[in-house]
Amino acid sequence: MEIYNDVSIKFNQFNHDNIPLDQLPVGKTARIKEILSSGKSRRRFLDLGIIPNSLISVERLSPAGNPIAFNIRGSVIALRKEEAQNIIVKPL
Amino acid sequence: MGLTCQSSGLSLLKDKFNISKKNEEQIVIALAGNPNTGKSTLFNYLTGLNQHTGNWPGKTITNAQGNFKYKDKEYLLVDLPGTYSILANSQEEEIARDFICFGNPKLTIVIADATCLERNLNLTLQIMELTDNVILCLNLIDEATRKGIKIDTSKLEQELKIPVIPMVARDGIGIDVLKETIDKIVEGKLQLKPLKMTYDDKIESLVSEIIDILPEYLKENYNARWIALRLIDGDNSILESIQELLNEDIPMKVEV
Repeated sequence: MEIYNDVSIKFNQFNHDNIPLDQLPVGKTARIKEILSSGKSRRRFLDLGIIPNSLISVERLSPAGNPIAFNIRGSVIALRKEEAQNIIVKPL
Repeated sequence: MGLTCQSSGLSLLKDKFNISKKNEEQIVIALAGNPNTGKSTLFNYLTGLNQHTGNWPGKTITNAQGNFKYKDKEYLLVDLPGTYSILANSQEEEIARDFICFGNPKLTIVIADATCLERNLNLTLQIMELTDNVILCLNLIDEATRKGIKIDTSKLEQELKIPVIPMVARDGIGIDVLKETIDKIVEGKLQLKPLKMTYDDKIESLVSEIIDILPEYLKENYNARWIALRLIDGDNSILESIQELLNEDIPMKVEV
């Protein structure tokens, strides 16, 4: 009878699937996981529909790469790269 | 000497909001909505040349007010800045909030973009939490149809319990229905009890506690529940607004 070692090795739980929103490629959709900003910035994101679990996709970039147009819950909005960095998403 | 809101009626509107009523009978209506929903189009359609623009006192944000008449009643329409919410994230939102909460318009018209209704409903629900007399106008309904978006307006009305009017402000479609609805509400023929948000037990009990310690005049004249919720939110600017608007000292610091 084989006896298995009870000690399980816990790997680093860090989730490598999540990325900041500014790194989501054009045309791709992701699910919002977390909003890192606080205060008024955070409020503004929530008011625009950027809440955990919503789907967000990248419509297009502007010529300079900034701002970026996102489709959030049916509305298209523009966010600066610096703002998008504070939103953590999981690509579908 | 502090003025109570009731005693200063017209002068409060004038001093704090730069709103000039023609006379005591003129009915004040606030026009709110997200930016780019056609608020100005509706405003211009209703008021024509009978409008003037200025600034909200102390701010660099434009204030437009205009008059119109319907069935022998005179109305003063106040165009609020376009906002995504009234939770005071910005000056525009503070203005919209202060006017609806303390300026006591008889009615608030929320104009929504039918092509992105969900986002527009955020503001609508917030306003419904603040005041009962709300009419929702679904503008740009032609754009929505063009995009293949169909909205069940009667179902929406049932859920929200406020009038929902499909509209194409640019062409004047729906505006007669709007005026008729306004008239019915003002005449008392239509009583509105909009859908209200309720929160979990912990928050609701906090709300009750706070309402208990709010001054009497606040409870009598304003939406105490709404003020309590804003305090729980951590919005201290609401206390500042109260102090400023009512010339009253509020010797209380709320710790939640």
